Order: sequence, then C-alpha cells, then structure tokens
Amino acid sequence: MLRSLRAGLVIFLLLVVSTGLVYPLVVTGLAQLFFPHQANGSLIRQDGRVVGSGLIGQYFDKPWYFWARPSATSPVPYDAENSGASNLGPNNPELIKHVRERIQVLQKADPQAKGPIPVDLVTSSGSGLDPDISVAAALYQVPRVAHAGGISETTMRQLVRDNTTGPFLGLIGEPTVNVLKLNLALHDRYVADKTHGAAGK
Amino acid sequence: MNLAIALTAAVLLVAIFLAVPIGRYMYMVYSGERFWASRILAPVENVLYRISGIRPNEEMDWKRYAIALLIFNLFGGLFLYGLLLVQGALPLNPEHFPGVPGGSAFNTAVSFTTNTNWQDYAGESTMSYLSQMLGLTVQNFLSAATGITIVLAIIRGITRQKTVDLGNFWVDMTRTVLYALLPLSFIFALVLMEQGVIQTLSSYIQAHLIAPFSSGGKQVAHQVLAVGPVASQEAIMMLGNNGGGFFNANDAHPFENPTALTNFLEMVAMILIPTALVFLFGHMAKARRTAWAILAAMLVLFIPLALASEHFDLSGNPLFAHLGVTQANLLSLTGGGNMEGVEDRIGAAASALFGSLATATSTGAANSAYDSLMPLSGGVNLFFMQMGETVFGGVGTGLATMLAFAIFAVFLGGLMVGRTPEFLGKKIGAFEIKMASLSILVMPLLVLIGTAIAVSTSAGRAGVFNPGPHGFSEMLYAITSPANNNGSAFGGLSSDTRFYNLITGLCILFGRYWAYLPLLAMAGSLAGKQKVPAGAGTLATHTPIFISLLVGVVLLVGALNFFPALALGPIAEQLAPFATTLTTH
Repeated sequence: MLRSLRAGLVIFLLLVVSTGLVYPLVVTGLAQLFFPHQANGSLIRQDGRVVGSGLIGQYFDKPWYFWARPSATSPVPYDAENSGASNLGPNNPELIKHVRERIQVLQKADPQAKGPIPVDLVTSSGSGLDPDISVAAALYQVPRVAHAGGISETTMRQLVRDNTTGPFLGLIGEPTVNVLKLNLALHDRYVADKTHGAAGK
Repeated sequence: MNLAIALTAAVLLVAIFLAVPIGRYMYMVYSGERFWASRILAPVENVLYRISGIRPNEEMDWKRYAIALLIFNLFGGLFLYGLLLVQGALPLNPEHFPGVPGGSAFNTAVSFTTNTNWQDYAGESTMSYLSQMLGLTVQNFLSAATGITIVLAIIRGITRQKTVDLGNFWVDMTRTVLYALLPLSFIFALVLMEQGVIQTLSSYIQAHLIAPFSSGGKQVAHQVLAVGPVASQEAIMMLGNNGGGFFNANDAHPFENPTALTNFLEMVAMILIPTALVFLFGHMAKARRTAWAILAAMLVLFIPLALASEHFDLSGNPLFAHLGVTQANLLSLTGGGNMEGVEDRIGAAASALFGSLATATSTGAANSAYDSLMPLSGGVNLFFMQMGETVFGGVGTGLATMLAFAIFAVFLGGLMVGRTPEFLGKKIGAFEIKMASLSILVMPLLVLIGTAIAVSTSAGRAGVFNPGPHGFSEMLYAITSPANNNGSAFGGLSSDTRFYNLITGLCILFGRYWAYLPLLAMAGSLAGKQKVPAGAGTLATHTPIFISLLVGVVLLVGALNFFPALALGPIAEQLAPFATTLTTH
C-alpha cells in the first residue's frame, strides 16, 4: 500500500512536470520560432509604437472613423484586460433598453444611412472585444464616415472591400470587416492630408 | 439554415473521419504491442516507471484500481489548491496577482481535477502564468486521462472473463497522457497558433490608441492587451473536454478562437476523442458493429437537438422585430439571427452548434454568452447535460455512462421477452443493474435537489442576474452543469459566493465519484463472469431495435426527470417574448 502510494506520488509529479512545464514551454519555444507574429498577439505597430492587435477590437466614437460593435466590458468598453459579455437574457427589458438607446445614437449619427440597422451594430459581442463588424454594418456607416472624413463614398466603399475577409475556403464562416485595420487605413489618409488624423489626437 | 445544416454535417463527418484511425491507434497503445509509436515512446514510458517504481505488468482488481484513481485525483486537487493559494509568491506572475482566495481556490481545484472546469473567476485578472500552466493545464491533461482510465477498466470488465483484474491504473494513466493526449495537443496547438492563438510569457501589452476617447469622464488613450501561454492550454482544453478558458470570455475571446477555422477545428476537437473511444471500445470488445450502433444512437440524439438550437438562434430575437433592426440570415450580416453575446467572425449558427457540442460532450467551453442564447437554444444546452453527458459525453466518462445505459437497454429488452439479459456475452445480473442504476440516478437527484435548494434560499436567489423564468434557468444551469462535470454557465449568475462555491463544489464531487465508482464495481463483477454464446433469445446489440432502445432509455431518464424543470425555465421563456410583443401592439 505504502509502495503504491509512493509510486503514485512520483508518477503524479513526473506527469505534472511533463504536461505543466515541458509541454507549454516547448510550445512557447516553437511559437516564438515559427509564428512570432501570431504568438505575440498579432500586434500592429505604427512608427515603432504598438497601436493595437489585429485580433482585438477597439472603441471608436469619432464620426470620421467606423464604429465597432457595442462592448459590455467594464470599466471601459473594449477593455482587453476584462473580457466578457452583457449576459442579458433575450427577454430581459434591460437588453431592449440598451438596443433602443443604441438605435437612437446611430440614427442621430447616420441620418443619411438607408434601410434598417444591421443587428450586430446594436448588440454586444461575447468577448466584448469583437474586432469585426459585418459588411452590412460597415456599409451602413459609409455615408457618415465619408462625409465627416472628406472622402468620397465610392473610395470609402472600396476601403471597406479591401478590409473585408472572406469565409475560409469560401465555406467556413462569413465575410467580416476588421474595424481597427479599416480605421488605420483611414488614419493614414488623414495624416497624409493633415486632416482628422492630427485632430483626433 | 442550409448553411447551418452543412456546417453541422461537416463537423460531425470530419470528427468521425479522424476518430477512426485515432481509435485504432489508441487500441494499439493499450494493447501493449510494439508498433511505430511505442518504438519512439516506450523508452520514455519505461524511464517514468523506473523512477516511480511502478511495475507495469501488475494487475489491479476494481477496488485497487478505484483507490489508485482516487489517490491520484487527491494529489491533483491538493497540488492545485496549494498552488493557487500561494501563486502570489511564485515566479511567472508578471501581473503580480495575489493568491486566489480560499473559497474560489477550493472550487477551482475540485472543478479542474474532475474535468468539470466550472470557473467562478476571470482568468486574465486572477491567474498567474504559472497557475495557468503548472496548475490548470496539468489538470486539463490528468482529469481527461482519468476519464479514459475509467472507461478502459469498464471495457476490460466486459471483455475479460473469470478474472478480477481490470488493468493497471498507473500504466493506463501514463500511456493516455504520453501516447494520446500530449501528441494530439501538441499538433493542435501548432495549428491554433498558425491561425493567431497566442503563446507568450510576456507581461500584458500596452497599445496606444489612434483615436483616444472619453469614458465616464476619463480620457482613455491606451488599451492593455492581456496575453499569456494560451495555445498550449487551449489545445488540451478542447481535446480533453475540459472547457476552462484562459480568459473570462472563453472561446469567444479572439486570442483563444481567432478565426472561423479555429472555431470549426475546436468544434471537431470536442467530439474527437469521445468518438475515437467508441471505436476503441469496438476494437477492444471485438464488437465493431456494436460500437457503430452506439455512435448511431449518439448521432440520433445529437443532430435534431443541435439543429433545433441553431434554428432558434438564427430566427433572431422577436422583441427586436419592430425596432428598425434587421436580423436577416444574410452573409452580409454574418448570418444574422440573435447576435447578442455572439462574435461576428463566428455567427449565431456556429455559436449555437458550439454550445450543443460543448454541452453534449462535457467540455462546457463557450464561444458566445450562453445566457443570451434564445430560450430554447439555451434549453437545448441544458437538456444535453441532463441526458447525463452521454451524447458523445465526456472523454471516457461519456462512453462509460453510455455503456451503463446500454446495459440498462438490454435489461429492459430482456424484461420485454422474459429472458436473462446479456451484453456482449456477459449475463447481466441484479448487481450490475443496481450499480448501473445507482450511477445513472445520482445526477438527476443532485440536479433536482440542488436546484430546489438554490431556489428556496435567499443565498441561491441572490446570485440571479436576469429576471423572470430566465433567472430560474440560470439557477438550474448552475446546478446542472457542475453535477454533470460540464462547466459551462449562464454567465450572468454571480457564482463566486460562499453558497455557490460550496453547492457547485459538492455537486461536482458527488457527480463525478458517485457516478463512476459504481461503474467500476460493475466492471469488477462483470470481469468475473464467463462469456456465454449468443442464443436465439439474445438481443443483438447492433440492430436498429437496440439503437432505439438505447435512445429511448437515455431520453426517458433525461426527459422524464427534467421536463417539469425545463417547462418552468426555457420553455416558459420561449413563450414569453411573443406574449410581450402581442400586448405592446
């Protein structure tokens, strides 16, 4: 019995070391060797500074940028140290209140927008860090961003297309628009034209 | 909906396609024969045995096997509990997190040692990298391997004759980790990283916003990105049906599940080993047709419920209908439907399907906020757990329970024709039926009594977040999930309280050990019996009749025990939105 106990303890510790230190450290080593960009967070740098991650959404409220989906993280939206959802049930009056308020904000900001509002623009995501909006949600905002940014709607729609990622092999997933990458493309133009890019800071 | 059907079919087909060779591979591993993998890994395996003084050829009867298992799990629980308490004083803690408080550390230790992975904490603001690796990742491996040892012993009980020996627990544990879980996780981690899952020991990263904004009167110019060694944990978390996320948002977090492809592969990973184990059973018991019949029963139960869940979530929220919002199922809307709590790159259908897979297996991972699912989609999640984690089920434990149900099914079949029931040549006696019943009935008792306690105490009701029937569903979910070692949650409920830490901790312990120790006893009894040749009255275990009986037994236990509770929660709520819409118009 005692021998069995000792054997159990030793094999336990050996398995702890193999699965808890050797395995994750070897994976980390290979990650840094073969996929350093992805393994370190798909970071986007501008002028040597990290401006965000291509995978993590950010909050935008200036009319000359595209807006991301509502975020339920606290204390600030898109808090990447505190991922989380609203957890509001589908039948919760609080959810309907949030959606109504968001609709009012969007209708005021996008008076020229046509048609109903895409659902992802009024609902918060599961992580509160969703980097994407739907193609419809991007196109819905085109008139506002074009007007405020001083860029033609045609060019703006082209920018949206350039930043749209299609489904994998045309099968898995749906097309999405990465908000940060799209806004960085706009930011570059604003800096070049010395318009809102400077004003935004 | 056509795309959703195609996606569901693709996930199942890919998983079954991969599970066939993996089941065959695992059969070779446990048979102890020399083949290509053992030529590479046997030297390592033997070194482990030599250091620890394990005699690999020593056999154990069911009691010794069970005691070894309990001792091993006790070591695991104590080690994790201690590590969490003192993480503040240990290295690899760049964010300087203090030790985890006692109640939460107890709950987490119990939860991760038993493959439940119920989480009352938010990973990125609680756990040091050392705790994530040496504490949580370790138990992701060992708890999954424990599940596989349980089913190995049960299969040996069915296949061996006139013996008390069920194998050697230490050898089964070591081989499972070394030959199966580590290599598979390693490959999966590499694929996940290629797609963008992070793996770093760096401290959190500060990003400078191009467009600072003000929130609550404060200027926000930076975003701090929580990072860590995620891919290595994510791989085994899905393959081992653990489901405890590195981050609070679990698989909704882009660093855990960055693309539609990773989402697809993570769904495959959840059912990969449970399906492979069904084939392993077929090889070990020399009953491949019975294995296919069991898989068929699982699919018969899984497919309609999963598709129903996807349908309800794709239909969208009826309360949004008159607000000037479109939820149409268009590609340009990332599929539309109920998008609250859903990520755009994943979409409503794949979120509902993920939920079905995570609750049909014991994974409990979440790529969306289950609390925000449409009522009946959340109800499907609940129902999958309430069937006792048998539809695919947990790694090992799922098939173990399914075999108990199969024995029950032949018993019922035997009653109908008035013959002694037998399963794969073993006569099923009173003792086996008692043990199988005990194992099957523990879970409904825990869930119904636990929920009754939660509902009737102020401490239980205090945790509720959403009003109305949904609040009841939150409590039902919070007891159902731990009692089935699942670990998913309706996240609105505040579970880090003394009440919920205690009641979920107890449900986890009883749900794990009271359910599986009787099955080991059953295996011990079966191993002692001699096989009898099949006669004219034997119920063949590969026919549509057997599949129907098996499906019927699983449904009877699930549906009859839980239908009243489900009627008060998800079903009442599904009817409610329409009522509200009608009265306001």
